[in-house]
Amino acid sequence: MNSRPLLDVRGLSHRFGRFRVLTDVSVRVMPGRLTALIGPNGAGKTTFYNCVSGRYVPTGGKVVFDGRDITGLPAHRVARLGLLRSFQITNIFPGLTVLENVLVPLTLRAGRGMRFWRAHHRDPALVERAEEILERLGLADQVGRRASELPYGDKRRIEIALVMALDPKLVLLDEPTAGMTPEETDRMIGLIRELAARSGITFFLTEHDMKVVFSVADHIYVLHQGRVLAQGSPDEIRGDPRVREAYLGGSLDP
Amino acid sequence: MGGGSRAWLGLGLLAGLALCPLVVPMYWVFILTEVLIMGLLAMSFNLLFGGAGLLSFGQASLFGVGAYGAALVLLHGPPSLGLAFAAGVGGAALVSLVIGYLCVRRDEIFFAMLTLGFGMMLFTVAHNWREVTGGSDGLSGFALPTLPVLGLSLFDPRVMYWFTLAVVAAGVGVLWRVHRSSFGLVLRASRENRERLAFVGASVARYRLAAFVVSGTLSGAAGVLFCLFNQMATPDVMHWAYSARPVLMAVLGGSTVFLGPAFGAAAFFALEQAVTSVTDSWMIVLGAVLIPVVLYFPEGILGTLVRWVSRPGRGDRE
Ligand SMILES: Nc1ncnc2c1ncn2[C@@H]1O[C@H](COP(=O)(O)OP(=O)(O)O)[C@@H](O)[C@H]1O
Ligand SMILES: [Mg+2]
Repeated sequence: MNSRPLLDVRGLSHRFGRFRVLTDVSVRVMPGRLTALIGPNGAGKTTFYNCVSGRYVPTGGKVVFDGRDITGLPAHRVARLGLLRSFQITNIFPGLTVLENVLVPLTLRAGRGMRFWRAHHRDPALVERAEEILERLGLADQVGRRASELPYGDKRRIEIALVMALDPKLVLLDEPTAGMTPEETDRMIGLIRELAARSGITFFLTEHDMKVVFSVADHIYVLHQGRVLAQGSPDEIRGDPRVREAYLGGSLDP
Repeated sequence: MGGGSRAWLGLGLLAGLALCPLVVPMYWVFILTEVLIMGLLAMSFNLLFGGAGLLSFGQASLFGVGAYGAALVLLHGPPSLGLAFAAGVGGAALVSLVIGYLCVRRDEIFFAMLTLGFGMMLFTVAHNWREVTGGSDGLSGFALPTLPVLGLSLFDPRVMYWFTLAVVAAGVGVLWRVHRSSFGLVLRASRENRERLAFVGASVARYRLAAFVVSGTLSGAAGVLFCLFNQMATPDVMHWAYSARPVLMAVLGGSTVFLGPAFGAAAFFALEQAVTSVTDSWMIVLGAVLIPVVLYFPEGILGTLVRWVSRPGRGDRE
């Protein structure tokens, strides 16, 4: 197996004004290994993703993706390289239909965004592909509805559909089960497992819910007050006294 | 509504408009010509407003660039309709490329203020550069070109009307195709959530700039028509107060339905005609109409009508 990390973050730091949110964070995501970044709320997980995906320019450190230095690249350039992300707070195109939501990234991916003349729904290859993706995510019966009208769990899955449409190499999922009911959570975990196993896409997710992480991740990083506290397999993390201490014991047990 | 019935509706509307000069008095032929021109201006404005969620407050300056471009050619060059259009439309395209480039990276109020600022600059140029633009008098005293195909003269108000209708219909046709295109979809996505669009790999500024140029170019075409219609180009059409017109028309008619702004233009003029025959202060009445529309019918007149008509099983359910 390829031993070069797909994502190699070296010594990443980020400050808001004088407030240090991330300090010297180094993370490696190996291809095909489902990696997780865990930590309590406020640990800096979302900020870390924002620095990696091009929303923020980190104040220190380096981000290397697929052998290429992407530090400070704007979001759309990062996305075009195959590093995609979903958002903790649902971030889709609310006024567009479910089908249109997925057609947007497909159109961009096919380099057809600057077609001024041809009707977008008369692009059978793209529409077919969109329906296929929606089918796979269990949204096939919702294609014609406005995205804003969908229940919360379905919106979260559109969030994933937008990412899948771009044939990514690496997907950052920021708390993909945030705010979900237990049933929706189970469904989402099942979906991530299946995609990770069958699509050839590498996933890197954050969570504050330990149960979710221990059940899906191959490798875990623990972020605490903006620093990497520990890393290792789920078993190693579970047994790590520093991690237990940071989480005040108990709550690590599934 | 399916694609077929939409096409028939469009053709029916076009045929109805084409027949108008044969039945309405000459005075109304003039009014209708102006409605058509303003309709194109409002529709092109709405590619940015309704389409991309960008409030351009300098649209009239591009309209003015079109008018002055045409006037300059007709005054100093050959009396060629083609050249007048090339100058007006090309000039507007070029100017919107420059202004757009400087504005599209800003959002909401900042975008609106920047377009307003550039609009004011262009107005000042038109108003003060007397040697070229004729200052506050504008440019006039040129001969109107004849139509190259039939040799008809645009002096005839009916010919002017039909010619305007043809150009406006073509412009609206272009807007319709763009609206429905892949580009139009991405543009709407930028209105819905520009941040997310960047995270699926689109350079939002590029799409906005393209929309700005298409919009400005068609506003320029409307300006050329206005120049031909009035046989002059004056700086007042570039004043920022004039830029409020397409905004009002789009809001009045409805920015969320394709023909809403054109409908708004018609409502605007109908209202003006009805009110000015009674009182001079018609702006008060316009304000009095606009406020309830904004408060209670945010989708505008046409938008609200369309929603009523298309609501399934109206009266039975709810
Ligand atoms: N834009 C911002 N400006 C200032 N502080 C911020 C900003 N975003 C996040 N923070 C702060 O950074 C810390 C980490 O936040 P975040 O990355 O959202 O954590 P997590 O995703 O792990 O819950 C928090 O203390 C938060 O208040
Ligand atoms: Mg977070």
